Amino acid sequence: MRGANTALGAAGLAGFLALWEAVPRLGLVKDDYFPPVSRVAGALATELGDEAFWTALGDTLTGWAVGLAIAVTAGILAGVVIAVVPHLRAATASTIEFLRPIPSVALIPLAVLLYGTELRSVLLLVVYASFWQILVQTLYGVQDVDPVAEETARSYGLGPWARVRHVLWPTALPYVMTGVRLAAAVALILAVTAELVIGAPGLGQRIAVAQTSQAVPEMYALVVVTGVLGLLINVGARTVERRALAWHQSVRGEVTV
Amino acid sequence: MRLALLRLLFVVALPLVLVTVWWLASDDSTDVYWPPLRTILTTFPDVWTGERLRADVVPSLLRLLAGYTAAAVVGVALGTVIGSYRRVRAVCEPVLEFLRAVPPPVLVPVITLFAGIGDTMKIAVIASGCVWPILLNTVEGVRAVDPVMAETARSYGITGVARLREVVLCSAGPQIFAGLRQALSVGIILMVISEMFAASNGLGYTIVQFQRRFAVPEMWTGILVLGLLGFALSVVFRVVERRVLAWYHGLRASSRRS
Repeated sequence: MRGANTALGAAGLAGFLALWEAVPRLGLVKDDYFPPVSRVAGALATELGDEAFWTALGDTLTGWAVGLAIAVTAGILAGVVIAVVPHLRAATASTIEFLRPIPSVALIPLAVLLYGTELRSVLLLVVYASFWQILVQTLYGVQDVDPVAEETARSYGLGPWARVRHVLWPTALPYVMTGVRLAAAVALILAVTAELVIGAPGLGQRIAVAQTSQAVPEMYALVVVTGVLGLLINVGARTVERRALAWHQSVRGEVTV
Repeated sequence: MRLALLRLLFVVALPLVLVTVWWLASDDSTDVYWPPLRTILTTFPDVWTGERLRADVVPSLLRLLAGYTAAAVVGVALGTVIGSYRRVRAVCEPVLEFLRAVPPPVLVPVITLFAGIGDTMKIAVIASGCVWPILLNTVEGVRAVDPVMAETARSYGITGVARLREVVLCSAGPQIFAGLRQALSVGIILMVISEMFAASNGLGYTIVQFQRRFAVPEMWTGILVLGLLGFALSVVFRVVERRVLAWYHGLRASSRRS
């Protein structure tokens, strides 16, 4: 069953690549705009041999990783504090609901003025965008704590810290992990966006340069690289999620089937 | 009565505190980048009424609406087809996963090549970024239609359009709306980016112009406008969602009570 699905998926991928090769070759789209996949692959090979490409990749990954780390730490801390301190949740709800939908790209002009094309510009956007994902998921997770378990822990005389560690955290972890997975994807989007629009060094900036210098195959090659990066981040986040939740029913159930 | 007052207090207290802190902290600010909140607020009506509202805000919103609607129609339609047939799903899945993983803003330079820097480009960018969350969530939702319900509908002879509307789309509804909500924030981001990248009007364009001319209070008002817009759109979305999915929220509330 799984083998058949993999075969069908491979066929779909092959079909997609064949279509990409055929459409410009048959003249359905001008190949100045949409080069066949073989030429993009050639450009990709050249990119991979270029040291500047690897530097750019490193810059993008640095912005992504540092921003995500800050957002995860801050989001979890804020979420747990808000959830544990009485009334804080009610008091912060309206502010969170207001700040969360503000598009992080609104901060681009501010980031440019404050930090120019420095890494800090990228971080401002990445952290703002991914912080809310984590915070909101943490809040949902804490809300899900079974009141009976909480009361039991309390009547056994567990202190606040022990209750966070043994009752609240295991309940919230699956939610937090979902938040981390979402935030990891959002962080990549914002890192690349910041580079593309602000011109901070990284893959996004190379895409912008390739576009303005009419290096079309290179531009597509770089777009493919960002896609592969996104894919790897998704797969990686899922793996981390499964590891961290190996004890949890949702994952245990999955494995035995 | 007292309870309602208390609840109101909880809602407004923190925002009031934050705004007051911002007001006081920035009141005698001479820092170019952090103008006093008072200046920002007095600049606000001058900047965002009349001509600019018509020439920048309305076109931006119309592009967002056009791109988002196109993405919703295509995403739900394709998603229903892909979700309904196991084979089709297996063929498409890897390609879809890859296309979804591409960060949507990198589509801006790509689509600019095809469509120049006009409205078509922006609508296409918005649509092609928004379509993935809607499409993939629809696939998931359609796939997860309760087999008992599907069988029941079949044995009652509910087929074709009626089956699609009453069984498939209804039970996939919550998942589809989750996709639509994700797509909304992607759409706003792409609306702004496409205008920052290459444009001659629109919200993103105007705000970048302010920043380049060091018109800092005006730039801050632009940030506020985008914030208010994001907030307003998410409120509208929530109202629509509550209407459409009323049966579902009711079901969940009652199952939670029991």
